[in-house]
Parts: sequence; structure tokens; C-alpha cells
Amino acid sequence: MSDLATQREIDRTKMQVSDEIAIEIVNMNKWYGTFHVLRDINLTVNRGERIVIAGPSGSGKSTLIRCINRLEEHQQGKIVVDGTELTSDLKNIDKIRSEVGMCFQHFNLFPHLTILENCTLAPIWVRKTPKKEAVETAMHFLEKVKIPDQANKYPGQLSGGQQQRVAIARSLCMKPRIMLFDEPTSALDPEMIKEVLDTMIELAEEGMTMLCVTHEMGFARQVANRVIFMDQGQIVEQNEPEEFFNNPQSERTKLFLSQILGH
Amino acid sequence: MSNTHADTVLFVRDTMLPQKNPPSTSVGAVGWARENLFAGWGNTILTLLAFAVVYYLLAGILPWLISPTFGAESLTECREILAAKGVGSHGGACWGVISERWKQLLFGFYPAEAYWRPILTFVLLFVAISPVLFADYVTPKLLWFTALFPFLAVWLLWGGSLWTPVTVLAGFVVGAVFLSMGSKIGGAIVGVIAAILGAVLWWAVAAAPLASGLSSVVEIGLLPVESRDFGGFLLAITLGVTAIFGSLPLGIILALGRRSDLLLVKSLCVGFIEFIRGVPLITLLFVASTLLNIFLPPGTNFDIILRVMIMMTLFAAAYMAEVIRGGLAALPTGQYEAADALGLDYWKAQRLIIMPQALKISIPGIVSTFIGVFKDTTLVSIISLFDPLGLANAIRADGAWTGIYWELFIFIGVVFFIFCFSMSRYSMYLERKLQTGHH
Ligand SMILES: Nc1ncnc2c1ncn2[C@@H]1O[C@H](COP(=O)(O)OP(=O)(O)O)[C@@H](O)[C@H]1O
Ligand SMILES: [Mg+2]
Repeated sequence: MSDLATQREIDRTKMQVSDEIAIEIVNMNKWYGTFHVLRDINLTVNRGERIVIAGPSGSGKSTLIRCINRLEEHQQGKIVVDGTELTSDLKNIDKIRSEVGMCFQHFNLFPHLTILENCTLAPIWVRKTPKKEAVETAMHFLEKVKIPDQANKYPGQLSGGQQQRVAIARSLCMKPRIMLFDEPTSALDPEMIKEVLDTMIELAEEGMTMLCVTHEMGFARQVANRVIFMDQGQIVEQNEPEEFFNNPQSERTKLFLSQILGH
Repeated sequence: MSNTHADTVLFVRDTMLPQKNPPSTSVGAVGWARENLFAGWGNTILTLLAFAVVYYLLAGILPWLISPTFGAESLTECREILAAKGVGSHGGACWGVISERWKQLLFGFYPAEAYWRPILTFVLLFVAISPVLFADYVTPKLLWFTALFPFLAVWLLWGGSLWTPVTVLAGFVVGAVFLSMGSKIGGAIVGVIAAILGAVLWWAVAAAPLASGLSSVVEIGLLPVESRDFGGFLLAITLGVTAIFGSLPLGIILALGRRSDLLLVKSLCVGFIEFIRGVPLITLLFVASTLLNIFLPPGTNFDIILRVMIMMTLFAAAYMAEVIRGGLAALPTGQYEAADALGLDYWKAQRLIIMPQALKISIPGIVSTFIGVFKDTTLVSIISLFDPLGLANAIRADGAWTGIYWELFIFIGVVFFIFCFSMSRYSMYLERKLQTGHH
């Protein structure tokens, strides 16, 4: 899988991690009914960090990042995003959601709106951006993900890779400070994975704070500055990519890596 | 890929052969008939059989339909005309009843000199709904007229002083003013409460004296028409259109309520929907016509048409809610999540993302409900309102037309069919227009 990431040199000039804290999760626990899905999660993400979250299916990766923008509610502990704590206060939730962009495995574009309308909707209705400006921003980001010529088509007319790039552009139009990705490439055919990873790498090169749930280990090696391994709702291990891949500490990590890297 | 292709493929054709025409047996009328009517022995036999049945039916019905009785003034006269033609006194339709009574079938007992008012209302109805039905072609500015139309329609149909609908309308303006002031002072909820209180207070206290005061200064009014005089298709359309356009927003709210997390809202909606769906419409109409009087303070004059309108709207809304709930359930949760993740609040997400898609999925069901409601308006004949069928009975009670059935029912059926079929065609147009995927 590692060969799917870009072969080109990555420009690391802007990829700096600052001291400022973007996300702070303290002793967070979450249950689905009686099922303890996240256990004592402690995680601090600094601004500019690129974090890859890996782990077997069902280990709680999606749940973890969905807690960060309150698509799921946590029951214990504390989550602070950009200095705002996530509580049931709707104002805080709306504020955090407009700061945090998210891309889903199945893109979740709005099929009844054109690509351009998908991208301008939230800026116009949430940020109250004037329409003209919203269109300009949207075209800017659509150019960035290299599909400006599809702006007036509907999502159903695009390929999976194109749809996922639109989804990324749609999030970027809200000018988020943090981007969450939940397996953005796992619903894609192999030849489309690269175009989406390229887009994500460009985003990383611009210094975006990113949390990516992905099994693209090539991407993790090239871009991430930290890889987190989760299993059974716990963070089992976290390390820099080189250390993580070459020198895994726990047995579970070793087993997982041997499976995913196909040794 | 493309450059390796050029290297390995030695010959690339650059001139195309001219196309040959397909054989004549597969195009045109002959080709069509061959393919669709006479493909194989079995098919041919069925086609001929079908032709025979159609011929037999038409041969039986057409001579009856084409009958020179438009001038007749009574059923006896019809029979005489037919007997003179030698087709037997029952061998043809008696269209005299339609040519004499069609105005009554359309307008009921509405005063003839005021027929222009329902006609104008009907024309304006289409102007009012055009920005909704044909949003691509009609300017959205016309929506202002759509909002005003209900008041205009009530005034045109029932007549009376112009100031009554104007002062009622002013209540909404009062509400809007209170809403904006209230929200500024104490937030959204205070605003809504202030708006409702303000408007209700206006209607209860200020509206009627103001209207009579204004009419004593400037008298603008139309000849008042009693609800009793409404009948025929005028009644059916008035009831049907109100129930149709009232039930859609109410149905949406009920469907959303039924899916709400708030237990009280949810139980209220479920209770309402299940109650209304569990009771026959006729029962509700009886409640509207008789029982309601028992609960209302004596002396209140609660218009019978208004009561029936409310009942029919509630009835349609319960069905509408379930149709729309089906559409909501068909949407993948990813749509809600994407809307949430972009920071859209509940109402914006509903309005911009969820409802457009859910309603689109529900179009066939919604239009079926509309058509059902429109046809159900004929049930009001049970509570002695003169819908088209009620009028047919009344016409038969006239000695000249006693014993006439088919001609009236055919006329009524045809008019109903025109309306229902148009609705059905429109829904198909809408579905095609909203088709966006190319999977
Ligand atoms: N809405 C839910 N209700 C109950 N259980 C859930 C729900 N969503 C996920 N789960 C369970 O929680 C666990 C973690 O799910 P998830 O975070 O999606 O895992 P991952 O993304 O790592 O594959 C799984 O066992 C899953 O079955
Ligand atoms: Mg997952």
C-alpha cells in the first residue's frame, strides 16, 4: 500500500508544529449503551500536527474523531477544541463545527446540489459570506483540488475520487483550522486513491492541522509527524512514523503492522 | 497510458465508413408496429383480440355518447328526440341536463352575477402557485403575491368588506413587528411568544372594530356570499386546494416532530397522526358539522366550510406526515452528518439539505395524497354540503331530470379526471426535473 502515496519530494517548509494547542482530550470515555467504546483517551494535538490514526476495524477510531466535532457525544472527560470546550452548549458546538472540517469515507456530498452549491452552501448560510465571495472561494478551492471544470455538475456525475476531492474542497471553503479525515480513501478504487492522497498531502504542506484515520501507511510515513495506534477503544501506542513502523512497542501493534503491511 | 498506446498500435483508422440506413422494417410506423404489436404469433393474436375488444366497447359507447340532445329541457324531451331519431328512447345520452345545469355543477348556488369572482380567483390561484410550481421560469418576486393570495381569495369568494382581510393581514404584520422587537430584547423564544400574543391580541381586540371603522370611512366591498351557496366544483376546489396547501407544511412539521428527540413533541405528533389515520374521514366530517357545535360556546358562528376545511387539512396532514417520514427515513445518515459537520443548525439543515431530498423522494406519495384529498372532498355531500355529487342528487330531485344518472356522473368524472391527471403529470415533470444523478 505504501507505494500509493506521491513519489514527489514533499515541501516541508511550512509543515511546522507550533506550541499552540489545537485539540486537547483529557480522560475521555464514551459508551454506546453499555458498550465501552472509548476508554481513557488522552490526546493533545498541537497546531500544525499531522496525525494518522490506525487500528483494527471496530477499535473506535471513527468514534474518536467524530467526538471531536460532536457528531458523537462523549460521556466522561474533557474535549477542548481551539480553546472551546465541547459541552452540550449548542453555541460551542456550532462554533467548533465551523472551525473543524471533516471528510467522510462515503464523501456525503449533497446530491441535490451542484458541486459549486455544495461548496458555497455552508459559507453562505453559516458564515454569512456574500454569495459572490463564496463562489470565488469555492472556485479557488475547486481549482486547488483540480476539478474547477466540474463546478456545475452534480455529485452523481463524478467519479469517487473526484467526489472525495470535492468533499475536501467543501470543507476547506469554511476555512477550517483543523481537518478530520475518516478513512477518506477506503471507499475508492485503487487508481483514485492517489489523487485524493495528493490533495491531502498538499493540505499538509500548507501547515493544516490534520487528524486522519487511514490505513495508507505510505501517506503516514511521508506526511504524519505522529502515528496513533488504537485497539479496543484505547490508544495503545503513539510514535513518530519511523519509530512506529520500524520499532513497534506492543505486541498488538506488531501484529497489526504485520497484517497491514503484508509481511 | 496514452503515449504507450501510440507506440504500440501501428494502425489507427482516421476515416470512417459511411453509415448504412437500418432496414426499413425496424424504423418508422411499420417498424414500431412490427416490434410492438406483431412480434410473433402469440403477440399478433393478442393484438387482434385487443383491437376487437376496443372496437366492441367503442361501438357500444360512442353512439350513446354522440347524441343530439343538448337542447333538451327535460328527460322526457330527450327521450322524444331519441325516439324520433329511431334509436329508442334509452338509446342515447341526455346532454340537456349538462347544458342546462353545467353552471350549477361548477358554481353551486353562487350568485350568477358574481361568477367572475370564483373565475378570477381560480386564475389568480395559478398565478400564485406558479413561482412554486415552475420555479425555473417564474421570478421569485411573485412569492409576495403567493403570500397575499389566501387573503385575496377569501375576500373574492366570500365578499364583504375589503377591510376585514386587510385587518386580519395586519395581524401578521403586528406579529412580525413583535417578533423582531421581542427577539432583540429577550432572544428567539421571547420573540416568538411576543409575536403570537401580539397577533392574537390584535385579532381578538383590534381587528374587528378597526375594520368596521375603516368601512364607515371608505366603503370598499363586494356582495357577501354565504358559505351555504358554495357548491359544485367551486366547493370541491376551495376545499381541495386549502387541504392540499395546508397539509403539506403541517405534514412536514408532524413528520419532523415524529422523528424528534423531544419526548413530548414526539408523543404529541405520533398521537395526532395515529388518531387521525385511525378514524374515517366521514366521522371527522360529522364531528365538524354537528358535534363541534356542542363544544363551542352557544351563539358562535363558526363557518361550516371553514370547519370542514380544517378537518380535511388535518386529515390530509396526517397522511402527508407519514409519506414525508418515509422520505426522511430513506435519506442516508451521512447527509445529516455532513450537514452537522459543516455547522448547519437543525432548521437550516432541514431546509437546505434534508427536506429538499426527502420531499423529492416522496413526490409520488405526496401527489397521491393530494389526489386522494381532492377526490375525498366529494364526501362532504354526507353532511349536506353541495359538492358536485351532492348537486347531482339535487338536480335529480328536480322533476324535469328525475332518473338521470350517467350524464351527470360522466361530466363530474371528466372534470375530476382533468384535475387529478394534471397533478399526476405535473409530479412526473417534477421528478424528471429534479433528477440529478447519472448512475
Ligand atoms: N451508533 C453506534 N451504536 C452502537 N455501537 C456502535 C455505534 N457506532 C459504532 N459502534 C461500535 O463501536 C465500535 C467502534 O466503532 P468505530 O469507531 O466505527 O470503529 P472503527 O472506526 O475503528 O472501525 C464498534 O464495535 C462498533 O460496532
Ligand atoms: Mg471507522
